[in-house]
Amino acid sequence: MAEPEASSAAANGGGRLRNAFGGVLSAFTLLLIGVLAFSIRLFSVIKYESVIHEFDPYFNFRVTQFLSKNGIYEFWNWFDDRTWYPLGRVIGGTVYPGLTLTAGTIWWLLNSLNIPLSVETVCVFTAPIFSANASWATYLLTKEAKGTGAGLMAAAILAMVPSYISRSVAGSYDNEAVAIFALIFTFYLYVKTLNTGSLFYATLNALSYFYMVCSWGGYTFIINLIPMHVLLCIVTGRYSSRLYIAYAPLVILGTLLAALVPVVGFNAVMTSEHFASFLVFIILHVVALVYYIKGLLTPRLFKVAMTLVISVGLAVCFAVVAVLVALVASSPTKGWSGRSLSLLDPTYASKYIPIIASVSEHQPPTWPSYFMDINVLAFLIPAGIISCFLPLSDASSFMVLYLVTAVYFSGVMVRLMLVLAPAACILSGIALSEVFGVLTRSLKFQLSKLFDDSSSAVPASGDSSTERATNSTKSENGNEKSETAPKEKPSKKNRKKEKEMAESVPVKPNKKEKRLLVLPFELSIMGILLLIVLGGFYVVHCVWAAAEAYSAPSIVLTSRSRDGLHVFDDFREAYAWLSHNTDVDDKVASWWDYGYQTTAMANRTVIVDNNTWNNTHIATVGTAMSSPEKAAWEIFNSLDVKYVLVVFGGLVGYPSDDINKFLWMVRIGGGVFPHIKEPDYLRDGQYRVDAQATPTMLNCLMYKLCYYRFVETDGKGFDRVRGYEIGKKHFKLTHFEEVFTTHHWMVRIYKLKPQKNRVRGKLKKLKSGAKSSSTLAAGRKNPWQ
Amino acid sequence: MPPSFQTLATATVLLLLFTASAVSCASLPPEDGIRIVSAEKRIDLTGPIVKVYLTLKVENVAAASDASQVLLAFTPTEVQHLAIVKATRAEGKRKKKTYVPLAVEASDLATSAPNGANLYSVLLDAPLKPGETITLEVLYVLTHSLEPFPAEISQSESQLVYYRDSAVLLSPYHVLEQVTYIKMPSNRIESFTRVDPTSRAGTEVKYGTYSNQAPNSYLPILVHYENNRPFAVVEELVRKVEISHWGNVQITEHYKLRHGGARHKGVFSRLEFQSRPSISGASSFKNLLARLPPRVHSVYYRDEIGNISTSHLRIGSHKSELEIEPRYPLFGGWHCTFTIGYGLPLQDFLFESDDGRRFINLTFGCPLLDTVVDDLTIKVVLPEGSKNPQPIVPFATEKHLETSYSYLDVVGRTTVVLKKNNVVGEHNVPFQVYYEFNPIFMLAEPMMLTSAVLLFFVACIAYLHMDLSIGKSS
Repeated sequence: MAEPEASSAAANGGGRLRNAFGGVLSAFTLLLIGVLAFSIRLFSVIKYESVIHEFDPYFNFRVTQFLSKNGIYEFWNWFDDRTWYPLGRVIGGTVYPGLTLTAGTIWWLLNSLNIPLSVETVCVFTAPIFSANASWATYLLTKEAKGTGAGLMAAAILAMVPSYISRSVAGSYDNEAVAIFALIFTFYLYVKTLNTGSLFYATLNALSYFYMVCSWGGYTFIINLIPMHVLLCIVTGRYSSRLYIAYAPLVILGTLLAALVPVVGFNAVMTSEHFASFLVFIILHVVALVYYIKGLLTPRLFKVAMTLVISVGLAVCFAVVAVLVALVASSPTKGWSGRSLSLLDPTYASKYIPIIASVSEHQPPTWPSYFMDINVLAFLIPAGIISCFLPLSDASSFMVLYLVTAVYFSGVMVRLMLVLAPAACILSGIALSEVFGVLTRSLKFQLSKLFDDSSSAVPASGDSSTERATNSTKSENGNEKSETAPKEKPSKKNRKKEKEMAESVPVKPNKKEKRLLVLPFELSIMGILLLIVLGGFYVVHCVWAAAEAYSAPSIVLTSRSRDGLHVFDDFREAYAWLSHNTDVDDKVASWWDYGYQTTAMANRTVIVDNNTWNNTHIATVGTAMSSPEKAAWEIFNSLDVKYVLVVFGGLVGYPSDDINKFLWMVRIGGGVFPHIKEPDYLRDGQYRVDAQATPTMLNCLMYKLCYYRFVETDGKGFDRVRGYEIGKKHFKLTHFEEVFTTHHWMVRIYKLKPQKNRVRGKLKKLKSGAKSSSTLAAGRKNPWQ
Repeated sequence: MPPSFQTLATATVLLLLFTASAVSCASLPPEDGIRIVSAEKRIDLTGPIVKVYLTLKVENVAAASDASQVLLAFTPTEVQHLAIVKATRAEGKRKKKTYVPLAVEASDLATSAPNGANLYSVLLDAPLKPGETITLEVLYVLTHSLEPFPAEISQSESQLVYYRDSAVLLSPYHVLEQVTYIKMPSNRIESFTRVDPTSRAGTEVKYGTYSNQAPNSYLPILVHYENNRPFAVVEELVRKVEISHWGNVQITEHYKLRHGGARHKGVFSRLEFQSRPSISGASSFKNLLARLPPRVHSVYYRDEIGNISTSHLRIGSHKSELEIEPRYPLFGGWHCTFTIGYGLPLQDFLFESDDGRRFINLTFGCPLLDTVVDDLTIKVVLPEGSKNPQPIVPFATEKHLETSYSYLDVVGRTTVVLKKNNVVGEHNVPFQVYYEFNPIFMLAEPMMLTSAVLLFFVACIAYLHMDLSIGKSS
């Protein structure tokens, strides 16, 4: 450490100026990265409008509205009777409140400053704001591992990684939007604590973990990844007091704080997802004890003590493990929740829980989706891993571990690609920054050699000899962190010293190899150009993905034709109609996909929604949809349903409609009510609604509600989604009546007809009676009187 | 008073017995000796709003006293639905006719009119001397006076409505000669009461000529006809006008719209609505036209769940037209809500008066054409720091002051709130709000922001120069 310091001190007094300049430059770069992260997510607002997207965000939006209107205590106690009729749902105890509270707080702050932004606006822009935060957190995390350059690179890459954009465009008001920030920030604080050994950061880490628990169920990833890393450090002989400080407070404080979140509660200590952290906590203490005793005793005594401790410790451990295993085994799902289990065993969901399998984001991804979501990063990651191993520090080993686990999880569920994205960005940032470092260094070296040959007047920064030039640049590279550190916290000199001590350990091997790492001039120029082209491709892809692929709000569809842009706003048309022209307490039945939107936009009670907590209830709706009209009417009537809503894309060719989802309804319904059998709806294993469809299919409620009077539009009944004419064209509805169909027929709403009078014999008399009474009524209304 | 009064009253009493609003002959008309020489009543039933044009030739037959006012009588039902009464005095002959507007106010002589009939007095600009005649043109507008019958119709039926009125002019004065014309939108007239002489020509029904009608006579008639014009009723309209002295007037209008016609019954079939638009849903309406001021900018049209993409804006030099379509076609009894917002250049609306005060000159009423507004609230949000606001509206409104808070306000903005019920297109007249404003207040918010940023930097500098660590750094 002495030599570079001396050299930098000797460089000149201008070095400080350069440092200050570098600091300001990186601050501005960070600011710009934040602006980039924010503004690349605004495509949805510019191309469409400032509106909440998709399904889950509508629920979060509704909760936020409730929170901002009724306050936090009402929110915790909120029992929502607008959904899961007649069961209802305890919202306060079943949501991750982080996102809602965040947006609610932002809204409250703005309003107390008399800035009259609506809750909706705040919700729309929460995700872009937090992705800017996330890119700054990425900078911090990568800086801890590999210095400022890598940090800036990683932050810039994360600011526009498509995978993250897909979840955080303006309007995509979902848990992940803030959770990714919380995830990266928690990792940063963990690595920071690991590097400094400061209890301050350890406490912050626990708080950040608490925020993560508040925000997303994905917090279990943290509480499993960090113990894994601790274990890795112990196994590789990297145990230190810093590791202890980084981990032990997190487990204790973090678990206590996590238990405060109602939705987690005692799960924080009871379920198997958290088991690993406690196990590692015990192991860490055992190891700490061993190290402590090792320091106390002489080597010989230590050996004796060692055998004693190991035998006793093992016995205790076995006992504890046995108790835990027994406890876990006694629960049917082995203490794991369905979604977590499907992570460990990718085939679990499709075998046992069709409802989890029916969600497209729970499916395993395809290869193209990797290219779509992380693009060139996929190729940079290996380079990043290599550079993490040269030299391997606590921090860089954490990055590698994070990447490896995230790759596995993303392979199981498309949705978890989101967790992979930060890891991929960090490692690619590291890789790119290292490559740029090597290339520019050799460029510099070659240039100075060139100048040396031509004239000796040029060497400005005191590089008289080429050897020293490489050395100083190298040390500069290694020292970036310690150079930038003084700018951020000059008051914490003592802490910084500690940190430098800590960092000197990983930096050392770098300095030992003092051989020249110089590439030929042309090659390095070429390399830099190629890298810039690669980066350019990445940027172009990201902008394309943000603008075209991921910014559609999915409640408004557009299509471009020769005569301009055509807007399909049918969903909102239907919801607006429901909200203004039906009774406030009417119940609307639809497939669960539309539950959140119906409660949020139409403000009507729904039977099932996207929360999917009650499989039986969903199966009931699925059964009704797959039953013939009369049976369906009976099911719906028993549920107090007044309106049935179906989504039908056959007229305009909207593919994700209810007919295409119908097999899931059959499967989920059949899972609970065995009289619904999937083969009845399939002809030779094929799902079709044309002339060869089975009679069961053609008589089920879903078919009838979707295609009612459809044939009269074109005379043939040609379904544009399926691409053929429908099987049964002319039929009447006996138990339902059409009350509303949207402009493009995408949403059709039917009303249950009132129950018929059962007294058959008196029917005629009643009719005549009714007639007379009607004439009476007319007589009363006679205007001439 | 004429001596024939008693006999005429007995002649009409049989007819009067049938009506609920029949007059009693006990009370006497006002003793100012006015007689209506000829009266023509034209009732325009073509739209959802009933417009009645009265042409009265009034003569003062009193011996000595001048008449300063002419009374108009309305039945209690009419008064409930009466939106506006306007009167003008016609001068000159045919081509060179000029109209002098006259003030109209509700008269407190109601007690003297029979059967709760309400009197409105037209205040003459010059007293009517004995023996003189003048011609008055009166326009009054009735809202919610067309009763759909049948009250519920299905999609394929067209809408029929009742209109109730009197064949003769209800007046506290003796009417010598009177005729009533009723104009309807289409040839389809189901029925109309015959009070001879009655004749029908095409879309028009003529009652009269009736001569020598006693004061307060009333001959109820009922017309049942087809009216498929959009019965757009704005149940509630809140217009918020925000004035910024930085150059913009921002107007936000929240509408709660209802189709006030015959209720829709049973099935709504999009198929029939799309394939047979002429006969299916004839009484429904798909779009509305709003007339906005010229040079309007940043227009938006949305509701609580987002933009509504079906609208067209045409900006002209005299007026701008915004054609809006609700999310779905409105059938009888269906509701919808939406918000329209737009910005206007300040120089078109804000002026400085002679006494140094400023005033904003805005249009009252609702920009949507052919609609009735049941409940109109106009909020004029003056800039922060304005004092002594004084609204001047040409008709009676409920007024009060509020304070509202917007971007970074500290003391809040004075807001003038004007409320009026039963507003129609005839209410779209200019009104003014006068207020005092010191331009220094314009700088308050920029200064606040600047100082906040300054404070932030000072705090940063202070923090960086302080050593907050507890232990001594070695």
